[in-house]
Amino acid sequence: MLEIAVEIISWICFITGGFFLFIGSLGLLRLGDFWARLHAASIIDSAGLGLILFGMMFQAGLTLVTVKLIAIVLFLLITGPTASHAVANAAFASGSRPRSLVVDETARKEPKLRAGEPVSKRKRKAPSEKPATKKTKSKAT
Amino acid sequence: MMIFVNLLIILCMVMMLIRLFVGPTLYDRVLALNVFGTATVLLIAAMGFLAERPEFLDIALLYALINFVGTIAVLKFFRYRRLGDAPEDSEMVGTNSGDGDA
Repeated sequence: MLEIAVEIISWICFITGGFFLFIGSLGLLRLGDFWARLHAASIIDSAGLGLILFGMMFQAGLTLVTVKLIAIVLFLLITGPTASHAVANAAFASGSRPRSLVVDETARKEPKLRAGEPVSKRKRKAPSEKPATKKTKSKAT
Repeated sequence: MMIFVNLLIILCMVMMLIRLFVGPTLYDRVLALNVFGTATVLLIAAMGFLAERPEFLDIALLYALINFVGTIAVLKFFRYRRLGDAPEDSEMVGTNSGDGDA
């Protein structure tokens, strides 16, 4: 009786986790701009992955396998949001903004700023940096 | 029944791969690569359950470690154009490298 209950709970976890996994990757494929896709990707990182590994823990029972699964879940719950934040931070620093952005609240309170302008042009405009930037850029391309 | 979980994960991985190849900017690709690595960890663990070989979980844990380091390394490379110690702020490359990569 208890085994059947555990099996049912584990399959409920698999089905809901698979649903979130599918929804997340569908969103990653279909949504319109980078920031919306970031939102879809974090669904996979948290809900889909957590629920599927949770269902595997129910399948395994109280063994060494569960300990390993808990280690995987803990590690991915720490690194997943960190990696998502790093990607979002890099995209933001490169000047990408959400497509439907009306007012850029993150912009500095200076009169010349526009919403689509890259951050690098706003913040680092000291004249001594310009030649170095150009030099490394031409080397890279 | 476990094979359905495997097939669903593979289907989702194919969808992520399409985004990885289509993705207009660099950051779309890095994001898809990161999620693809997460799905790979899931797939290896599910394969271990399908084949009833619990050693696969060690490989999954290792893959999770490498995936995180790899994402951060790619982002760092495209920001500073080198993988050693981070350069000083004055010699930083203009960070708009992934903009017009359409």
